[in-house]
Amino acid sequence: MNYFPDEVIEHIFDYVLSHRDRNALSLVCKSWYRIERCTRQRVFIGNCYSITPERLIQRFPGLKSLTLKGKPHFADFSLVPYGWGGFVSPWIEALAKSRVGLEELRLKRMVVSDESLELLSRSFTHFKSLVLVSCEGFTTDGLAAIAANCRFLRELDLQENEVEDHKGQWLSCFPDSCTSLVSLNFACLKGEVSLGALERLVARSPNLKSLKLNRSVPLDALQRIMMRAPQLADLGIGSFAHDPESEAYIKLKNTILKCKSITSLSGFLEAAPHCLEAIYPICSNLTSLNMSYAAGIQGSDLIKLIRHCVKLQRLWIMDCIGDKGLSVVAMTCKDLQELRVFPSVHLGNPAAVTEEGLVAISKGCPKLHSLLYFCHQMTNAGLIEVAKNCPNFIRFRLCILDATKPDPDTMQPLDEGFGAIVQSCRRLRRLSLSGQLTDQVFLYIGMYAEKLEMLSIAFAGESDKGMVYVLNGCKKLRKLEIRDCPFGNMALLTDVGKYETMRSLWMSSCEVTVGACKLLAKKMPRLNVEIFNENEQEDCSLEDGQKVEKMYLYRTLAGKRKDAPEYVWTL
Amino acid sequence: MVFEETELRLGLGLGLPGNEAELGLRKRGFSETQTETTTVDLMLNLSPKESAAADGPDPRDNTNTSPKEKTLLLPDPAKPPAKAQVVGWPPVRSFRKNMFAAQKSSEEESEKSSPNASFVKVSMDGAPYLRKVDLKMYKSYPELSDALGKMFSSFTIGNCESQGFKDFMNESKLMDLLNSSDYVPTYEDRDGDWMLVGDVPWEMFVESCKRLRIMKGKEAIGLAPRAVEKCKNRS
Repeated sequence: MNYFPDEVIEHIFDYVLSHRDRNALSLVCKSWYRIERCTRQRVFIGNCYSITPERLIQRFPGLKSLTLKGKPHFADFSLVPYGWGGFVSPWIEALAKSRVGLEELRLKRMVVSDESLELLSRSFTHFKSLVLVSCEGFTTDGLAAIAANCRFLRELDLQENEVEDHKGQWLSCFPDSCTSLVSLNFACLKGEVSLGALERLVARSPNLKSLKLNRSVPLDALQRIMMRAPQLADLGIGSFAHDPESEAYIKLKNTILKCKSITSLSGFLEAAPHCLEAIYPICSNLTSLNMSYAAGIQGSDLIKLIRHCVKLQRLWIMDCIGDKGLSVVAMTCKDLQELRVFPSVHLGNPAAVTEEGLVAISKGCPKLHSLLYFCHQMTNAGLIEVAKNCPNFIRFRLCILDATKPDPDTMQPLDEGFGAIVQSCRRLRRLSLSGQLTDQVFLYIGMYAEKLEMLSIAFAGESDKGMVYVLNGCKKLRKLEIRDCPFGNMALLTDVGKYETMRSLWMSSCEVTVGACKLLAKKMPRLNVEIFNENEQEDCSLEDGQKVEKMYLYRTLAGKRKDAPEYVWTL
Repeated sequence: MVFEETELRLGLGLGLPGNEAELGLRKRGFSETQTETTTVDLMLNLSPKESAAADGPDPRDNTNTSPKEKTLLLPDPAKPPAKAQVVGWPPVRSFRKNMFAAQKSSEEESEKSSPNASFVKVSMDGAPYLRKVDLKMYKSYPELSDALGKMFSSFTIGNCESQGFKDFMNESKLMDLLNSSDYVPTYEDRDGDWMLVGDVPWEMFVESCKRLRIMKGKEAIGLAPRAVEKCKNRS
């Protein structure tokens, strides 16, 4: 291959798109490294503190699309204190100063300010796509800047962000000349939007394929919007409640009949059960349905709806559907690949799901490969059967609401059940455990989960051996997050080199001490070992024997970070 | 940790209008609840039987974990308090949790009310945790008063390990205070005004009550502000 001129190699590299493959190419030889870095357009950085923005820009001058992730995953569950970090501003500032022609920015779990959004909107003339997932720190003013200044904006996708509403008319800031929108998602916004501006925006966006509204958009506005966008493929409904006799509702029913291209439906942030009938006509086209925010809908209504959804590949739903409802899913949705069942107990709902529902799904849906399942109980027999029926799992995340509950039939820990899962599902990349578990389950994981990349453990295990099994066995492990387990210094220090092969390790409420963390930090200079000290006493020093409440370590080429708050000690 | 037995006297003026003997403030004593494991239901309305134990048996000590009940039903709020909720469990994104909290409060403000249950938050000044009661479970003010008394008696005695309680308990001044002070039950109605419990007929109260707050007498707030502050900061 060295005999080919660069242009030919470049042309071949154009076909290599995945990050991993590109990374592999760059390691082959110096000239491939050089060619690869100059032609690379999309870069994924799983931990924003692993490298500096300057270094990124230096290596990839042709960068067009950047994905950044900030806070550790457990931040989703309030385990990371406020102010920890994950600020995007240094990145945007560095990119703005450079000659990078950024077109796409995707952020997850980062802190984004209005100033950053403003700078972003003014710095890159061809900016096309902004995707923010689980971010915070900005307001609708920042969105107004994006709307107003990004002349060729195609995508503005806001997923589950905490956005402060400043009651400005951000949506009205899209100029009349903006006709390029393909995807607009503002479902997470709490405030009202100008309905007139929204309708006009939709009317002048012929390429709009994905639109997700927030709760403030009422049913009659939805009807008018759908009239103007019959080409929509992905719709997120805001408010879906109306008197069934009303003209607005009847109009909507008729409009929906025309929207044959909708294959993905979500939202229903405020929904009245009787209104669901209106969407029955399009259910048979749906490949994706997300009812996980539809608090007003009972299990029986969900079941009626699901019966129409024969082509469903992805289903996100609440557990009020019950085991019986899951049996209906199993009978109806033969193409199901991804299922998420969320808990609704906080809504005062007694109905829930158990191993029965999951087993039924596994029998009816052999293509299932991604699962997130919140349930009241699970049995080993159930897991063993699921493992047998569905050997294709890539993601298997089980959450038993009572975190240390054993198999209720046998009163045994769930080691054997999860063991069966890892043994049968050779392609498993992500696993979350729960229920009563001993060290044995970790032995199984170490032995069989060869492709495992991410493992989440809570309230499990008996001794250091558990963690050691995992560290020794799972060669592909990238992220390990552990809370409330009896793993201590011996396990932490057993193979310090391992952590450089991983993106990060989180341990909270375990048995690890300050001394061991210090030792680890000393041995491994290319790891940042962070300890969170949330005690109110400011003058407390970290004594070696002290147990560490929260530790987060990650490999990095950027050294100790300078933006850590006071309670974070980088050892 | 051994705590002295103390009695919490709850002066709930829950008399019906016209009944002179019950009007105004009334002191009541509540005895120690011996049988219940004293853990409390924090904030969110998670069904207690499913939440993990944070105190009591060490959740990591798997060999000693006793069989959990199989019941899937929500417990009667008047029954023994539930196990303490653990931070971040179950692992549901805060966004999702907040979304439903918002939906719930907007539902409570809307005209229609749930036909079967009317859960309202109950806070007691000085207590670190709030509770929730279903007003539709009771038919009269005395019944409610009874239930509230039982619910909050566990705050003064028992084996709860939170630091807040220790402070609460060790402030002997505060304890004297509680024994002698009057507790004033108040509620927030649909208009957002704080009203004294007991003025309107029971049914009207149930329809209009959004949340309950058991206030300590004015003297209490003046005398032991630090302890009250600490407890407030813990919640």
